[in-house]
Amino acid sequence: MSLALTPDELTTIKISLRLAAWTMCFSLLIGTPIAWWVSRRDSLLRRMVASITTMPMVIPPTVMGFYLLFFLGPHGPIGKTFKFLGLELLPFSFSGLVIASVICSMPFVVQPLANAFIALGERPLEAASTLGANLFDAFVTVIMPQTRPAFLTAAIMSFAHAIGEFGVVLMIGGNIPNRTRVLSMQIYVYVENMNYARAHVLSGGLVVFAVLTMLATQMLNPPQKARSERRSR
Amino acid sequence: MKRIVLLLSLAAAFLFAQTALADQFLGAVASNFEGPAKLIAAEFEKDTGHKAELSFGSTGSFASQIRNESPFGIFLAADASTPKALEDEGLTAPGTRFTYAQGALVLWSTTEGYVDDKGDVLKTGDYKHLAVADPALAPYGAAAYELLKAWDILTKLEGEQRLVTGQNIGQTVQFVQTGNAELGLVAQSQVWKDGKFTSGSGWIVSPDLYSPILQDAVILKSAADNVAVKAFADYLKGEKAKAIILSFGYKL
Repeated sequence: MSLALTPDELTTIKISLRLAAWTMCFSLLIGTPIAWWVSRRDSLLRRMVASITTMPMVIPPTVMGFYLLFFLGPHGPIGKTFKFLGLELLPFSFSGLVIASVICSMPFVVQPLANAFIALGERPLEAASTLGANLFDAFVTVIMPQTRPAFLTAAIMSFAHAIGEFGVVLMIGGNIPNRTRVLSMQIYVYVENMNYARAHVLSGGLVVFAVLTMLATQMLNPPQKARSERRSR
Repeated sequence: MKRIVLLLSLAAAFLFAQTALADQFLGAVASNFEGPAKLIAAEFEKDTGHKAELSFGSTGSFASQIRNESPFGIFLAADASTPKALEDEGLTAPGTRFTYAQGALVLWSTTEGYVDDKGDVLKTGDYKHLAVADPALAPYGAAAYELLKAWDILTKLEGEQRLVTGQNIGQTVQFVQTGNAELGLVAQSQVWKDGKFTSGSGWIVSPDLYSPILQDAVILKSAADNVAVKAFADYLKGEKAKAIILSFGYKL
C-alpha cells in the first residue's frame, strides 16, 4: 500500500483546505454578529433566528443541498437575482461551495459564541461604556478577549466541519475536478468502488487531522477548574 | 425515574412490534427502481398475502451491507456486476440471479424543444453544464461516458469544465430539474411516464452507443429457504410486474 498521494488526491486536499479556510473566515464574520444579537435579549424573533441557524444540523445534507441547488439555481429567487445582476450562478463554482459550507457551519459558530456571550452577561459591556467605549471598541477590547475560548472553538469547528462536509458540497459542487472536487468526495468514490487501500490512506489522514484538531481545541480551552487554578497560582 | 421507565418500556414495545412476521421479508432495491418496486410490492401483497418491506438506496452501499450480514432477503441492484460479485463471494442463494429490468439512457432538458430527435444538441449546443452520473459509481454514468467517448466530445467537455457529476442518478436529474444544468444524461425511468417524457424535451439515446444497462436481482443466502422471497422473485418475472416495469420507461 503506497502512502504517497497521487496528484489528483493532492488537488482535492488543496481545494478542501482552501474551502475550509474561507468557510472559517466567513462563518466567523457572519456568525459573530448573529450570535451577539440573539444573546442580547430574549425575544421570540431572536429565538427563531437562533433556531434557524441550527437547521443545517437537523436537515439531512442531501436535502439541504437540494434546497440550496434550487434557491441558488436559475429558477430560484437568489439565482434569479444573480442573473438579473449579470453575475455568474453559484452552483458548480467554488464560491458556491463556500456559501453552502458557511451555511452548514453556522450552528458550530453561533451556538458556542452565543452561549459565551450569555455567560459573560451585561456587566463588562456596561463597565466599558461608562468608560466611554463605543460598542465596537468594547467588543474588540473587552468582549472578545474574555470569550476567546469560544471564538477558538467556533473557528476550529467551522474549519474542521468544512473539511468533512460531504453531502451538501457534493450536491452544490457537481464534483468537477480541479474546481469543486474535495477530499471527502474522493474518499466516498474510493469506498463505493471498493478501492479500500486508497480510502484508508486518505481517511487515515483525516482521522489524524480530526484528532489533532480536537486536541488543539481542548488545549486552547482548558476546563474551567484547571484555568482558575492556573490563574490563582 | 418513573418517566424513564415508561419511556424505556414504550421503546421496547416499539421494538417488539417491529419483529418480523412469518411471511414478511426485507428487500434491498436500487433507488432508481423505487417507483415500479413500490407498485409491484403492493400488487404482490394483494395477490399473495406475503409482505415485502423494501429499502431503497445505492447499489454499492447495499453490497457493503450484504457483505456485513445485513437482514436483506432479496437484492434488486442497479447493475449486473454487483449481484455477480456477491454470487462469486458465495453470499447468494445459488442459481437465483436474473435480469429484472434493462435501463435506457436519455438526453434530457427541462426546456421544451431544446433537445432534437437525434441528440445533436449534445455536440453543437451552447449549454454551460451537462449533468451525468459519476461513471465510477453509477451504471448510467458509465453509459453516458461511453456515449461521450463514442461521439468524441468527452475530452472537450472535461477540459472546459462543463461536465458536472452526481453521485447517483437521482442527484444527476436534480441538477437538470433545478435548471442548474441545461442538459443531462439520465435514466429514462426518471423522466418518463405513460409513453412520453414527463416534461421538457428529450432524446432516447440509441442503444448501440452504449453497453446494455442490465439490472440484476439475486436472492441472498440467508433467505434461500424463505417462501415469501421466492414468491417475490417469481412475481417480478411475471406479466403483471413486466407491465409495470415497462410503463416506467425500462426495457425488458
